[in-house]
Amino acid sequence: MSTRTRREGEFGSLCMALMLLASFANVAHATTAEEDMAWTGGLRSAFFADREIKSDDLITLEAPQRAENAAIVPISIKAGIPQTEDRYIRTIWLFVDKNPGPLVGKFHFTPASGRADLGLRLRVDTYSPVRAIAETNDGELHMSRRFVKASGGCSAPASSDSDAAREELGKMKFLVRKEGGEENASEVEQSGLAQLMIRHPNRSGLQMDQVTRQYAPAEFVKQVTVSFEGEQIFEAETSFAVSENPSFRFYFAPQRAGEITAEVVDTEGRQFSETYDVSPSTGEVAARQ
Amino acid sequence: MTASDRWQLHSLLLFSTMLCSWPALISAGAGLAGLQQIADGVYVRPGRIAVVFEAGNIANLGLVIGSRCVAVIDTGGSVAEGRALEQAIGKLTDVPVCFVINTHVHPDHMLGNKAFQRDNVQFIGHEKLPRAMALRGDTYLQRAAEYPGGIADDSQIVLPERTVSGEVQLDLGQRILILRAHATAHTDNDLSILDLQTGTLFTGDLVFLEHLPVLDGSINGWLGELDRLMGEKFERVVPGHGPVPASWPQAGEPAVHYLTELRESTRDWIARGGELGKAQEGIEVERPEQWQLIEQYHKRNVAAAFAELEWED
Repeated sequence: MSTRTRREGEFGSLCMALMLLASFANVAHATTAEEDMAWTGGLRSAFFADREIKSDDLITLEAPQRAENAAIVPISIKAGIPQTEDRYIRTIWLFVDKNPGPLVGKFHFTPASGRADLGLRLRVDTYSPVRAIAETNDGELHMSRRFVKASGGCSAPASSDSDAAREELGKMKFLVRKEGGEENASEVEQSGLAQLMIRHPNRSGLQMDQVTRQYAPAEFVKQVTVSFEGEQIFEAETSFAVSENPSFRFYFAPQRAGEITAEVVDTEGRQFSETYDVSPSTGEVAARQ
Repeated sequence: MTASDRWQLHSLLLFSTMLCSWPALISAGAGLAGLQQIADGVYVRPGRIAVVFEAGNIANLGLVIGSRCVAVIDTGGSVAEGRALEQAIGKLTDVPVCFVINTHVHPDHMLGNKAFQRDNVQFIGHEKLPRAMALRGDTYLQRAAEYPGGIADDSQIVLPERTVSGEVQLDLGQRILILRAHATAHTDNDLSILDLQTGTLFTGDLVFLEHLPVLDGSINGWLGELDRLMGEKFERVVPGHGPVPASWPQAGEPAVHYLTELRESTRDWIARGGELGKAQEGIEVERPEQWQLIEQYHKRNVAAAFAELEWED
């Protein structure tokens, strides 16, 4: 028994080494052009026709190279310019090229947004480029791209505790990070970010029910609108590629106290709304009943 | 890439695929499938520490023999593995298998079900197991098919005909098993099995040893269930993964420690406004020497814990 186990172990290492070698050889030959086939082969023209798209640092997309949990892949987008009346980012498109529905969402910003920063969590179905494209108010397009290795995110099982999401469907949580208030702010998170969390199973519709042989119908958050003192600062039009319990981080650094309202609509036509009183000096947020 | 490069790459892949599938095929077909007696009438087929789909024979499988019936506890990650277990049982006893109990939905525990499917065999699981199998089964079969190594075979998902909520007794003939459906913990469909005669508890994946615990349910729920179990007395336990048999409550301690540390550090990151991606990089395993497969599962666990704990008030 022990001999066989040891031999299996040796086989294991040898085969790992060979597989690794093979995959390195593969990586060495896989070019960006090959990775981008879905994009260049139709996606790009379907969404942007022949408009020029610059690849520069107007926005920077950050995504993990390897997604450990394909149903919850955290990504963030940082804007290289502040939002001013003269020049601002109007919309950010987010794509996962090889997902069954490549467009994750469109995110709209205004000069009142402050910065067009964005963070959210995605389902990524397979090894795929993830790309963010920003459109400025003068109609220019700028792109940032990352390649993410993940598999099975879209048809990946709903989390085992999806009952919890359903029981609290539509419940929201809104958090504001106080500027410079954290002792370890540098290692944890930059300041001026708000996080809006929404309890929702955000079911993709790509999970096959073995009993009925039917796909469970899609059911997801499709629109989120956030306003501060009546002025829209963030709007998201989203697909099922956003993970269960959608969480959006966006820039929010109010100069005065006021009320912030989040309105959410899902594919079933359900509407959820919450209003919070925000104090910029303490970063305190209170839900309004 | 030139044509000759391509050819070399293909043959390398093919060669390594063949080589890697060999040991898995051999061990899946091995005679008594490595059955070990751990108590009177209680046997275990010990699994090995490996990643789901990348190998066979991963989960600890078990059986309890009564005067009238054998109960099989988990069936392995492929039909071949299930068949090897079935043949080993046939060589061991003339008592027929009447019950197949799945401890939860994960593929290394239940893709061998089909090997036992016939009249007079009843499949039993947690009340939430059918839904979990229905939602995940297809993905598991597809994933299994992507891997070399004899894992992909003619498997299909066999749902339980009888489900358990709370506790039920199962009579094997002069031998009673107590099946307990747990609250959401490792998954939302964890079932443990206690053989009253020998005081042997099959914990399923509520307990991990050596193999890093994998969180696919609720970290709060899991620690709650472990806390309850740690307060009870068992002669021995069979964890879902790791050496068997193990003594209780000592065998529960490593998982409790890992999950407690994971929960505390994740709560800390959330309280400081940390973001999920950075928490995955920043939260480390405190006693890494106790665990294998940290690379494969720890960051995934952080994501699952984070997504649950950020909703705490």
